[in-house]
Parts: sequence; structure tokens; C-alpha cells
Amino acid sequence: MASVPPEQSSETSPEGEGGVRRRDFIYVATLSFAGAGAVAVVLPLVNQMNPSADVLAQATTEVDVSSILPGQAIKSMWRKQPVFIRNLTPKEIADVKAVPITSLRDPQGLSARTTSGKENWMITMGVCTHLGCVPLGASSGEDKGPFGGYFCPCHGSAYDAAGRIRKGPAPKNLEVPKYAFTSDKIVVIG
Amino acid sequence: MRILAPLAPFAVGGAFIFALLWAILASAFTPGGMSMPEQTAVRMFHEEPKALSLASDGPFGKYDQQQLQRGFQVYKEVCSACHSLRLVSFADLEGIGYDKAQIKVIAKTWPVQQPTISPKGDAVVRPNIASDKFPSPFANEAAARAANNNALPPDFSLITKAREGGAPYVYSLVTGYRDVPTEQLKKFPDSTVPKNLYYNPYFTNLNIAMPPPLRLDGQVSYAPGNPPATKEQMAKDVAAFLTWTAEPKLEARHSAGLATMIFLLIFSVLCYLSYKSVWADKEH
Amino acid sequence: MSFPWAKHYEPKSDFTKWIDQRLPVPRLVYGAIGAGYPVPRNINYFWSFGFLAGVALMIQIISGIILAMHYRADGGIAFDSVEHIMRDVNGGWFLRYAHATGANFFFAIIYVHIFRGLYFGSYKAPREMIWLLGVLIFLLMMATAFMGYVLPWGQMSFWGAKVITGFFSAIPFVGEPIQHWLLGGFAPDNATLNRFFSLHYLLPFVILGVVILHVWALHIPGSSNPTGIEVKDEADTVPFHPYYTAKDGFSIAVFFTLFAFVLFYLPNALASPDNYIPANPMSTPAHIEPEWYFWPFYAILRAFTSDVMGVPAKLIGVLAMFGSIALLFFLPWIDKSPVHSGNYRPLFKKFFWALVLDVIILGWCGKSPPEQPYVVISQLAAIYYFAHFLIILPIVSMIERPLPLPNSITESVLAKYHGKPSSSDALQPQPAE
Repeated sequence: MASVPPEQSSETSPEGEGGVRRRDFIYVATLSFAGAGAVAVVLPLVNQMNPSADVLAQATTEVDVSSILPGQAIKSMWRKQPVFIRNLTPKEIADVKAVPITSLRDPQGLSARTTSGKENWMITMGVCTHLGCVPLGASSGEDKGPFGGYFCPCHGSAYDAAGRIRKGPAPKNLEVPKYAFTSDKIVVIG
Repeated sequence: MRILAPLAPFAVGGAFIFALLWAILASAFTPGGMSMPEQTAVRMFHEEPKALSLASDGPFGKYDQQQLQRGFQVYKEVCSACHSLRLVSFADLEGIGYDKAQIKVIAKTWPVQQPTISPKGDAVVRPNIASDKFPSPFANEAAARAANNNALPPDFSLITKAREGGAPYVYSLVTGYRDVPTEQLKKFPDSTVPKNLYYNPYFTNLNIAMPPPLRLDGQVSYAPGNPPATKEQMAKDVAAFLTWTAEPKLEARHSAGLATMIFLLIFSVLCYLSYKSVWADKEH
Repeated sequence: MSFPWAKHYEPKSDFTKWIDQRLPVPRLVYGAIGAGYPVPRNINYFWSFGFLAGVALMIQIISGIILAMHYRADGGIAFDSVEHIMRDVNGGWFLRYAHATGANFFFAIIYVHIFRGLYFGSYKAPREMIWLLGVLIFLLMMATAFMGYVLPWGQMSFWGAKVITGFFSAIPFVGEPIQHWLLGGFAPDNATLNRFFSLHYLLPFVILGVVILHVWALHIPGSSNPTGIEVKDEADTVPFHPYYTAKDGFSIAVFFTLFAFVLFYLPNALASPDNYIPANPMSTPAHIEPEWYFWPFYAILRAFTSDVMGVPAKLIGVLAMFGSIALLFFLPWIDKSPVHSGNYRPLFKKFFWALVLDVIILGWCGKSPPEQPYVVISQLAAIYYFAHFLIILPIVSMIERPLPLPNSITESVLAKYHGKPSSSDALQPQPAE
């Protein structure tokens, strides 16, 4: 900077304090702005790893269940994972309700796992809660296991018709995804 | 060696200079080697795009959703018969103001259906759902060419960014069909329009394979509350829609830009003051 | 560091002391960019461009690594994956435009940095190694940028790759095998795209390594300065921190402002529309042109339109194009003038500006179609380019009469203020005027 004219030279001695405080304020303001800017830039750099729009668009799946007769089940897909949609027969419903809930590893009744008025529709993820294999039993001819539901061949977990873990290493019942019937024939999953 | 090595760059460079002089002399002594490129019909009669101002122009531009919807209607009723939009999904139409229910209907009723595999393993089609991309009107390039005199109608998703002149070019092209000027035929008697092509001075080589897409005012019926569907208006609207398909994130970009510029201008001032303060007592 | 008055590192807290005793990074940072690194007090804003180049490199690396999380390097889906980034990835448009804009700014910064070096004689002893490493960085940047541009697999990506890999076929006998080896085929295809992706990811880290060597080599003699005379004593210098951290901080703010303006409002201004068309090996675009930072070299390549004594024009062009950069390696030994700075070399200064104009003309020719008058203009401009370095500079260093140099940096700084007493201690009262 050019030499200080005489009138302002006093700024450096008796008012030196005020000058230094003003200087500090500028530095603090600049560094705060820089910090705020750095955070504002980092947010999109981290957010880009979140699911992209095309992945989120597949977040709901519509399935037409009108062709599934009682006692039958189908395998569908939601979020790139298998979903089991099963139409329980009245006998299967009765058997499931007869099991004392406290005897279950993951205690849940049928009403907690189905929507009211549609308790014959058993919709669960087709992913074993042990280590993630796809259990057998949804397609016709597959081994339903000792409890008439699903059977996981990887380590022997056995589920009942309501997808509840009855035997084997799996800790929890098959997960029930969020779903809603938009009509008697169509269910929207997710 | 010690004497030769420092001379190497001079020798090599000298060789290049010699080669350049040789090249200049060679073209000077070749008939026509130095002459300017010939005037061709394209050079003389090709026209630059007409001006077009859109709501999305400029640093503060925003899309006019009503215009984008009209443009989409023009695309649907006029262009989609031949031109695909393969990078856009039906769900993306939320960006031009449709809600999920409307999009579901648009997708389901879209004339071209989505290729899929039947449970028996045959290649079939099914109605579109929101997450599908717009299906191409032709199964593949060969089918597209067969239906269009061996010309391939380009995909429209990026057309305003893929052509010099952008949206103004699209607008000018679509409204630019006319007869060959007599002046051109006088100067270049060979430049008559070849079979199956159409004269359009805005197109790079003056003759385009696409027949005029907008023939009549009112070709598309706009809903009440919109300007009349003249050819001009339809062309502007579809150009606006195609600007959106190429840059759906334009509004987000402009608003993030405004916040960033304001922040950076303040930050630059603060940095300047800090710099001045640090150097206050040092001449430099 | 070679300056005896450089401050020594004193750990300020127990934590930094603990680290420094086990891994001397704190003292390394202190001695490189902290208060322990003296820098001439008179360097101007042209000296900020080295730091800005480093910032541009970091922007490219960070945005590039993130883009690589979403990009797919296969001819069938590469183009679509870039559009996936633009449309579907959260903030993807920002990342892609940042990377594209960053590449353009990186070259703009580097060209200013190089021309600063040419004008102020930064390549002269004892800084030759810094210059050589710098030219190496420039070559690596060009390779990286070329391969990066191929990745979107648009029309320009493909045809640019075709043209550039075509250079190698100009080499007699081994040319075509080398070309096929580079391509992994007979034309750019998946093999080419995949290896370019791998190398494009690798080279910036090689650049980073050479940049570290470049800065290390700089820190031995320290920065040069606009007078071109070396630092003599403490009054000639100021510690890097806080003086140049503050000044470079301001430079970076201005750089970010310009960068953001282009990214958010003009992201496609320097892009070729043809690269928004997916690559089509059956259809060549009307005008194949490289990105602007390659235009001068493209002009030199195309200027050689005649075979000379049996040597094909294509081969001479390729050799000249690489030669135009290679001769920069020899610059410290071509320009022998003991006076460093163009400020004190009036004849040299005129020719320097002629070179700048010449490079701009070459750039304009590189962009233009290969017809007259551009052909003869590029030929004359290329002659000047080679003549400048190989004929004019040696002659100028021999015959010029440089202006008298100041005795010291401090003297030249104070001369600006008409010899008023220096007030490096701000709290001293000013003498009455």
C-alpha cells in the first residue's frame, strides 16, 4: 500500500486496537464464508451417491393378483429383489392363527402381517432374514418346508405360510413391505 | 557429439521451416492452389437461423410450463410418428407440469407400446408405465430407414444441443420450407432438388429428407386458454419442448447459479479485503 | 530452503508436536506454504496461476472420481451413461459440467502460466528443472484431456480418436502396428474406450506426482519475480503465510467466480454440438475440430500440405506438431540471455508479443476449415512459431541491449513509491512529511 498520509498515521498507534479488531473481523468473516462454501459444495458431492431418479422411479411396483388362486403363490420383483405374493387357503389361515404367538422366535400374529379385509394375501420379501438367500416354496413344485410355507436351502431356515420363522438360523420373519390394494385385483408395493 | 547435440533443435526446426516454405511454394505453383474455396449453392444460399426468444433464455430463464405442454402435444401428434425420445421417461413429464395420475394415463395411452417378453418367451409389446422411457416408433434403424426413403429420423432428446443454432435452428427449420429461389437456379442450374428431398435453406446442405411437418394452422388443437395453433406457434412450442428435453435441469442450474454467484461475489470482496489488510504495511 | 532468514517451525500445540516428532509433515507444510517459506514481495498476479492450476487439477480429480462412479465405459451405453448422469444422478449435471468446464479452465490457466514463464524467463538457470517438469506436465495434460474427451462417445469423441490415433500410421513401417496396438483394433471401438477410461483415471495421478516434483524443484531456489533478479536479503521477501495465502485466496475466489459463471450459465459455450450425437462410425461430421486448447497444434499439423523429398506430408505434420512442444524442452539452452525478465529486454518483449499473436492466429486457423486463406496463413504462422524459438530468440539474446537492472528487489519496489522510507513495521510512527 502507498505511504500513509499524516492524518491517518494515528490509526496505527492509539487506535491500533480498533484497526486490529476490524482486521480480525475481516479474516473471521472470510474464513467463515470459505467454510460455509466448502460445506455447501460437499453436500452435492455426497448426495450424488444416493439413489438416482431412475432408481427411485422403480420404487413402486404394481402387480395384478387376480390370477393367483387360493393355495397358489407367485414371485414378483420390487427394488430389484424378489417378492412372494401368496393367496392363503382358509385352512392355512386357521393353522397360522392356531400357533401361540409367544412360541415364535419373532412373535407376530397374522393380523400384524396382512391388511384388514385381505388377510388371505400374504405378501413378503423373498429374502431370507439369515444371510439373504431366496427361500423355496413360492413357485409350484418347490419345497415348502416342514411348516408348509417357505424353506431356505442355504442353511435350513423354515418359515410357515405366514412367512414367520419357525426353525433354523434366521432371526426374523420374512419382511412385509409396504403395500396397498388399489382394487381387488391390483396391489401396489412400495 | 558435444558440438552436435546443441545444434539438434536448430536442425530439426530448420527442417520444419524448410518443409513449410516448400508447401507454400508447392501450392503457389499449383493451379488453384492458392485460390479461395469456390462459391457453392450451399455457401451462398444457406441461411442462419431466425431469432427465437424463449422463456428459458438468459441467466434468469425459466420454462413456461404451459408452452412446454403445448410443445409436447405437437411432438405427440406430429413428430412422434417418426422421431424417438429415448432418453426421456414418461415420469420425467412431471417437469413440464403433469401430475402422476395424468402421466399414468399418457403412458398407458401412448400409441407406441413398450417391447417386452411374454411369459411364453415371445417378443411382444405392453402398455407403457411411468418409469418407461418413450419407446421408439421403429423397431430398429433398418426399419426406420425402410419407412423413410433410407433416411434416419434422428432421436429428439438432445436435438437442440446437437445442432448448431439450437432451438432457433429447430424453429427456423420447421417453418423454413419453401421453393428453390430462382436466383439459385440461375447461378447453379444443377442445384435442383433431388427426388424425395425437400428444399429448406436452414438445413446444412439445403435439401432435407423430412417433408414439411407443419402444413396447416390448427394442425394440432390447443386447449382453450392457449394462443392459436398457427404454424409459427406450433414451431415455437415444439422448439421450447425440445429445449426442455435436452436440458431438464435448466431451472435448477439457473437457481443454483444465482445463489452461487451471489455467494462468490461477496466471498471475493471479503478475500480482497483480507488480502489488502494482510499487505497493508508492505509495499509491493 | 536456501534462505537463511526463513523462520523455523515451532509446534504450537502438543498435538502438532506429537505428529511432527513422528512424521514431519507439519514442518514440511510450514516450510513449503507456511510462514517458513520466504517469497519475493513483488510477484504479481501472474504468479498465482501455478496455484490455480493446482486447484484446477484437484477439481478435475474430485469431480472425475465421482463421475467414474456413474459412467459406464462401453460403446453401447457410454453416451447414455453420461445422459444418465445429466438427468438422473443427484446433482449429476453439476458434476458433469464442473468436469467439462474445469478442463477448459485448466488449460486456460496453464497457458497463462506458460506464457508468464516465457515472458519473465522463469525457465532460465537455476530453474531449468522446474521448466522441464512443467513441459512434461503439459504433455500429460494433453494426453489426459484427449482421452477424456473420447469417453462420452459422441461423434467428436469417436472421430477425434480416429484422427489422433491415425497420426501413428504416419510412422513408416511400424506405424500401423503401433496404431492397432493403441486402438486394440482397426478403428476406435470398445477396446479403445475401455483402455482410455483406465488411462484417463490413471494419468491425473501421474500428473499429481510430477506436480509435486515441480513444486519441490521450485522450492529449492524459490520463486522468481518480475524483475528477474534473485532475492538478496530478507527485505526482498515476505513469508508465504499470511501474505501469499491471502493473495492466492483472493485469486481462488476470482477463479471460482469465473468458473461458476461459465458452469451455471454458459456450460455448452465451448462444446461442439456434434458431441451430443452418439458416435457413428459410418458418418463423419462435416467439420472435425478438437477442443480449443488443441487448435494451435492442429493448425501446425495441417500446415504441412506437401510431401518433401519423399517424406509424406502427413508424417512431417505429425513430427512438427510434437516438435512444436518438444522444442520447449530446449528453451533454457536456446535463450542464453543472462537477463531473465522481459521487462528489461525491450527487443525480446516485442517478439514475445509477436509470439502471443502468432499462437492466437494458429488457434484461429486450427478451428477453421482446411481451405485458403487459412492454409497459407497457418503455414506462415507455423514458420514464425519455429523461427521465433530457433532463430529469433538466439539472435535477440546476442544483439539486444537490455535496460539497466535494479540493484535489488526492494529497490525496484521502493522505486515505485519514489524512495519514501519503507514502513515494514506498521506500529512505528510515520515521519512528518
